[in-house]
Formats: sequence, C-alpha cells, structure tokens
Amino acid sequence: MADAAIQLIDIDKRFGAVHANRSINLSVEKGTIHGIIGENGAGKSTLMSIIYGFYQADSGEIRVDGRPASITDPSAAIAAGIGMVHQHFMLVPNFTVVENVMLGAEKSPFLGAGIAKVRAELKRLEREHALDVDPDAVVEELPVGRQQRVEILKSLYRGADILILDEPTGVLTPAEADHLFAVLRHLRDEGKTIILITHKLREIMAVTDAVSVMRRGELVATRRTAETNVAELAELMVGRRVLLTVDKGSAAPREVRLSVEGLRVRDSRGVVMVDDVSLNLRAGEIVGIAGVAGNGQSELIEALAGIRATEAGRVALMGRELGPQEMTDPAGLRAAGLAHVPEDRHHMGLVLPFEENENAVLGYQREARFARGPLLDRAAMRRDAAEKIAAYDIRPPDCRLKTANFSGGNQQKIVLSREMERDPDVLLIGQPTRGVDVGAIEFIHRRIVEMRDAGKAILLVSVELDEIRALSDRILVMFAGRIVGERGPDAGEGELGLLMAGIEEREAAE
Amino acid sequence: MSRPFAKLPAWIDYGLIPLLNLVVAFLVAGLVVLVVGESPAEAAMLMLRGAFGYGEGVGFTLYYTTSFIFTGLAVAVAFHGGLFNIGGEGQAYLGGLGITVVALALGGILPWWLNLPLAAAAAALFGAAWALIPAWLQARRGSHIVITTIMFNFIASALMVYLLVGPLKPAGSMNPESRTFEAGASLPKLDGLFELFGASLGGAPLNVTLFVALAAALFVWVLIWRTRLGYEIRTLGHSPKAARYAGMAETRIIVVTMLIAGGLAGLMALNPVMGDQYRLQIDFPAGAGFVGIAVALMGRGHPAGILPAALLFGMLYQGGAELAFDMPAISRDMIVIIQGLVILFAGALENMLRPGVGALYGRLRRQGPVGAEAGKATA
Repeated sequence: MADAAIQLIDIDKRFGAVHANRSINLSVEKGTIHGIIGENGAGKSTLMSIIYGFYQADSGEIRVDGRPASITDPSAAIAAGIGMVHQHFMLVPNFTVVENVMLGAEKSPFLGAGIAKVRAELKRLEREHALDVDPDAVVEELPVGRQQRVEILKSLYRGADILILDEPTGVLTPAEADHLFAVLRHLRDEGKTIILITHKLREIMAVTDAVSVMRRGELVATRRTAETNVAELAELMVGRRVLLTVDKGSAAPREVRLSVEGLRVRDSRGVVMVDDVSLNLRAGEIVGIAGVAGNGQSELIEALAGIRATEAGRVALMGRELGPQEMTDPAGLRAAGLAHVPEDRHHMGLVLPFEENENAVLGYQREARFARGPLLDRAAMRRDAAEKIAAYDIRPPDCRLKTANFSGGNQQKIVLSREMERDPDVLLIGQPTRGVDVGAIEFIHRRIVEMRDAGKAILLVSVELDEIRALSDRILVMFAGRIVGERGPDAGEGELGLLMAGIEEREAAE
Repeated sequence: MSRPFAKLPAWIDYGLIPLLNLVVAFLVAGLVVLVVGESPAEAAMLMLRGAFGYGEGVGFTLYYTTSFIFTGLAVAVAFHGGLFNIGGEGQAYLGGLGITVVALALGGILPWWLNLPLAAAAAALFGAAWALIPAWLQARRGSHIVITTIMFNFIASALMVYLLVGPLKPAGSMNPESRTFEAGASLPKLDGLFELFGASLGGAPLNVTLFVALAAALFVWVLIWRTRLGYEIRTLGHSPKAARYAGMAETRIIVVTMLIAGGLAGLMALNPVMGDQYRLQIDFPAGAGFVGIAVALMGRGHPAGILPAALLFGMLYQGGAELAFDMPAISRDMIVIIQGLVILFAGALENMLRPGVGALYGRLRRQGPVGAEAGKATA
C-alpha cells in the first residue's frame, strides 16, 4: 500500500480491565475522506487519541507515509503532519484568531514577527482552501462553525497533511455542517487526508470516500462508501438490525395538561434565554422542541421543572395555575405529577458516586415507601431498584454497583425508569439519547412512545433532529430563545434546519 | 468517553494505598531523623514504645485519640455536604464554654452520670451555635465557609480570652481559667478498665468520654448512610445540581449539616475540660480541631476510617512527646515535622501512588484469569 497516508498495524490498547482497542488494522488512503463510525464506547476516540499521541498503544505500529512513526505525544504527531480537531474546541476564547493560531508556535518572546507571519500564512491558506475567517476577530464572538474553522486552520498552519475530526458536527446546525463538508471536500481535493469520527450515519454517507466500522474495540469492517448503505453500516455497528425509525401510531391528544404563556427566563449572566414562550402540552402527545444547542431549550425545560427561576409568564399544570412559590419547587411539582428527565444526567439526573439503588430514589427519597422513621428503608430501596433493573433491562443487573460504573445508555435507563415508573401526568425529557448507544436508543424511544400511548403528556427536547422528527407529534423550533415555528411530524429536514438557523427571521446568510 | 484508569477494588483503595502512603511518610520522616544524626530505627522504637509500650502511654494515646475522633467526625460530616469546616477548633472551644456553664451550675448538685448528658448537650449546643453563623452566611450569602470558619476560630479565641480573664475567673486568682469544678462535674477515669487487663493507667487522663466518642462515630455512620437527611447531605456534597433537581432545600441542608458538625466538634471539649482538667483553661483544644482535618481526610470521611486515623494521630502525639523527651536532638518541632509529613502523604498527596499501584494491579490481573473482564469491557 504505497499510497496509504496512515497505516495502523495491530494496534492494541487496554485501560485496566477494559479492552478499548483490539488489534486494529487500518489503512487510510492519501487524499481521501475516511470515516470511522461506531457506537459510543466502541473505541473510536481511543484509537484517534493513539494516533494523535494522547495515549500510547500497548502494542502495534503506526506508519505515516509508509514509514514507521513513533508518536509519543501530540507534538510528535504534529511533527509527523497529523492534526486534530477536537469535539470540544481547544481555543482560548478571549484571544483573536491570529493569536489562537499562533499559540504554541510563537518562536520568539516578542510577538510582532510571529503575528505578521501567521497573518501572511492565514491569507495563503484562505486562498488555497477557501477558509475565510477574519484574523482579528475575537474567537468567543465567532459562531460555532467559524470557531471550528479556526481549529482546522490551526492544524493546517502547523503543516498537517492528515486531519482528524472528532464528532465535528455535534455542535453545528445542518447548514453549518453542510458548509463544513464542503470545506472538507475542498481540502481533500487539495491533497489532504481526512479522518472523520462520528456516530451519525447520514454524515458518513454524505461526505466520506471510505468508512470503517468499530464495534466493542474491534474494527469490524471497512467499505467504500459508494458500495455500502445506511442499513448495512447500522447493522455492522450494533451487530444486528435496528429500527432506524420509530414504530408508532398516530397521536390521540386529549386535554391540555401543561400550558405555558409568555414565559421569560434569564440565565445567571442576565441574558434572556427564553423569550415570551407560549405552548400547550396535551395528554397523549409528544411535543418535540428542535433547536441548535444553546437556543434556550435547556433553560425552558429547567424552568418548567422548577429548577430555574422565571422572570415573567404563567404556567398551569393540570389546569391549575402555579403560584410563584410552586414554580420554583421541584419537589412540589413532582408531587403534583410532573416528572423530569434532565439533559445533564451526570450532574443533575444522577449522583455518580452513589449506588444504583440510591439514584433510583433521587427526588423521591422522602416518600413513605422508602422510609422507616427518619431512616431510609434500604431493603425497600433495593427491592424497588431491582424491579426497575429487570423492567428496563439495565446492565449489569446489580443495584449495589456504583452508578459511575454503568455505561451511558444504562445510566440513562436508570433515570428514565425512575421518572417513568412514577406514572407521571406530564413528562419533561431532555436529550434522552445523548451519549447512548444504538441498542439503548431503540429501547428508550419505544418507552417514550409507550408513555404517550398510555396518555401521558410529553415534552421532548433534543438537539438530534432525527430524534425529534422520529418521535414528535408536533415540532416546535426554538431559535434565540423564541419559538420560531411549529411544524407537523412530516416536516422536511431542510425546512426545520432553516428555522433552527433562524434563517426565516434574517435574510438568508452564507 | 473512556475512563483512563479502571476502578480498583476496595481493599486496595481503602487498605493498601493508605498503608503505602503511611510507609512513605515514615520513610521520609526517617530521613529527617537521620539528618539530625539520630537512628531512625531507634526513634521509631521509642515512639512506638512511648505510645503503646506501657499502660500510661496507652492511656495518653487513647486520650488524644478520643479528642481527634470528635474533631475528625466534625470535619467529615461537613465534608459529605461539600463543606470544608476549618472551624472545629473554635467550635470545640465554645463547646468548652457550654460545659463550663453546666459544670459550674450543677457540679455540686448532680452526680457525674447526670451531668455528663447535660454537659454533652450544652457542649453540642454551643459548638453548633458557633457553626451557625458561618453556615448561614454560606447558605444565604455565599460567603465561603472556609474563610468564615477560620475567622470564627479567631473570634472564639478572643472571646474566650475575654471570658477567662474576666467574668469566669475567680476573684483573686492570677490564672486565666475558671474555678475548679466540684466532684459531680468530673468524669471518671478508665483505670478500672485497665486493671482488668493487668495494666495501670497511671497519670493518663483517659476517661469515659472515649465511649461518647465511639457512640458519636456510630451516630455519624447511621446519619450519613442510613437516614434521609444523610442521603440529602451526600447528594448536595457530590452534586449541588442534582440536589436542586431533586427538590432538596439547599439552605436548610447546609445549615443543618454545619450544626451537626459544630455539635460534634463541641463534644470534643468533654474530654479535656470534664475528663482531665476539671476547669475551663485557656486554649484547651490545643490544635485538635486542625488535626481533625487530617484525620477526616485520612479516614476518607468514613467513621471506620476515622477511628484508626484518630488512633494514628493519638499515637503520633503521645509517642512524639516521649521521643522528644528521650532523644534530645529531636525537639518538639521535629515531632511536628513528622506529623506534618504524615498529613502531607496521607492527606494531600493521597493520589500520588494510585496510578502506579493501579498499573501494577492491572498488569498482575491480566496475567491471571481473563474471563472476568469480558463482562466489564461492555459496561
């Protein structure tokens, strides 16, 4: 394979008892976009961290341009022409673009010469790769898509010929993602090699030339993208066929259970995050709130759950208007029939160092069935947890295990079982499948639809547009704190994407 | 998404690693002894013999241990709630005032076994009251509890100096201390218990407060791991967001946690004031409040860890005093250095050895049976 830009031979890596990578063999052709796809925890990020020198492989060899390379740390990777764009950007937010690109490559204690050089080099890169960014813009003031471009420029400036992107579209609107793909194609045509890590099949099909599938630490298959399809890749990822669409009948909405009028919420900095939002949620329907992360969905759901103070607006639960005291009392709302699956399950929905059975009563710890005088009835808690573990197929089935030792999907099932088994009237769900593997996604989606069919009123917030479209009976789109549109479940992705980007309000940009 | 270090079994986490930390601390302390020109082995022997070699030594060791159990628990309870209580010293000091009020009023009227619960209640009440203001300031005003509890130590000290040179000092006395309590306010020593084992307590002040301390340890275990309140304290300590999500009253939990912590620190005063000196003396806590921080850290906030950690520091205090006496080259200050090293390695640097031990354990395990790990990899 003379034309391989990077070649991995028998790469093996363990973390204690976890076998993260099992003798991986991979060859990425020069001048192509190569996708690596797999569920969360399949070992994609570990493999890329080995290539980029964050981790050392226990055994195996890396070859760059056919020559064995010893990549002991990220600076060795950069020297070998490998650049990485991380999922969470490694940018200094209050530096300008030039300063960020220069960081770590200043060369001299005085910055003047370096800045001039970076500026010239940025011009050249801009010309060659159509990557236009204002070099003097402060990074935190740029939109997320532009910030990502700065990350790419950083790698290119350091002479990267091989570019690794880790889940690059997680934070982007569909339009921004398309723009990124155009940039990647352009870079490929200029001779760069690109490795794209993702768990989104759509992106693989849209932009890659070849794709490798990882499952449980193994690289199970490599295909030319043109010769495969979504169904085959999905099957390779999980090892069996999964439903990509949710099987559900049409909704039979009944009475209004939660009604919100003119709700306004400010965050701790005083910025208005939810602006004059009104909505009605009926029994027996799922209302999905679509939007790019950071447009007020999180604040809306937290305000409705009583966790975040509201500034203005009225909320009625089960036809009864809530007083200001009630609106900031999560325990009271819970008792009144409202359950909440929070977006941030690691810090809010669960206490990770707790035993599983302790988390299974979080929020309900004062209920009589778990009490023995002032003491907790540990036996009752364990019985209750064991029942939920069985009903939701939580693995491993051990209610004494520390919650941190469960996988993301199983942690989410712990939260869902706690909130759903309470038989609430209204259910608020934030990011039900974030960081959850495909098998568990299917299970969680089915449960949510079952809850709807049982007559619950469900408000769903998710940044995964596919999920919103698959589950919702009505879709509300949020942009900059406002609800900018309502669509039916059959609304097109492009149409929703434009709404999510706020295009309807401003003139079409970009 | 992947955790870089796999979880270690409990016996390594809570047994082997603290032990190794301790060994390293003593090795470095040994070097210090070597530098001043004495034999580390001999010093270690002197220290151990001083702490455990004879009845009176054991009595002193356990006397110190008793005080450290209380202050260690006081720090640990607050720690579970995510609060760093540096104010044990001042809370214990005020606890002594509570005891003194009861002892001066009832010492000549009631027998000791009636005065003990009354004095304990007063000590806990005064200690809790001293923790209340920092707790309230933290809960309602966001003033950092580390700062406020430290300041309250100084305020306590100044207040007690005022009381002991003024209102509490008997007329005509030249010592800054209260009058001596009557017999009803002095707790019995445990010499009877020692005689059962054929040992003599000698002049050691070990008294029944030891049992109060053991009861307090049991109380803390039940509180933290078996009650609803303890569940809420732990939730708040691990994750304030989760506590808010679950609808727990954050302000109330912070205040109640600190009241309990202050009460436990206040109880410590029983040991020196009612069990040893039978009067309120200036600066009687003698740093026990601060040792409690090290004890709680080393004991990982669990009573089962705090008891041995308190014993270790009791040994260091008593054995160290004997060592300073027997080896003139080793001064009191050297003992403080050795205690400091233990705190440094066992408390502050407790994670220093962990990666190495973890890697070693992983390697040993891999050579062992492989089947067990397959299930874990998917988790």
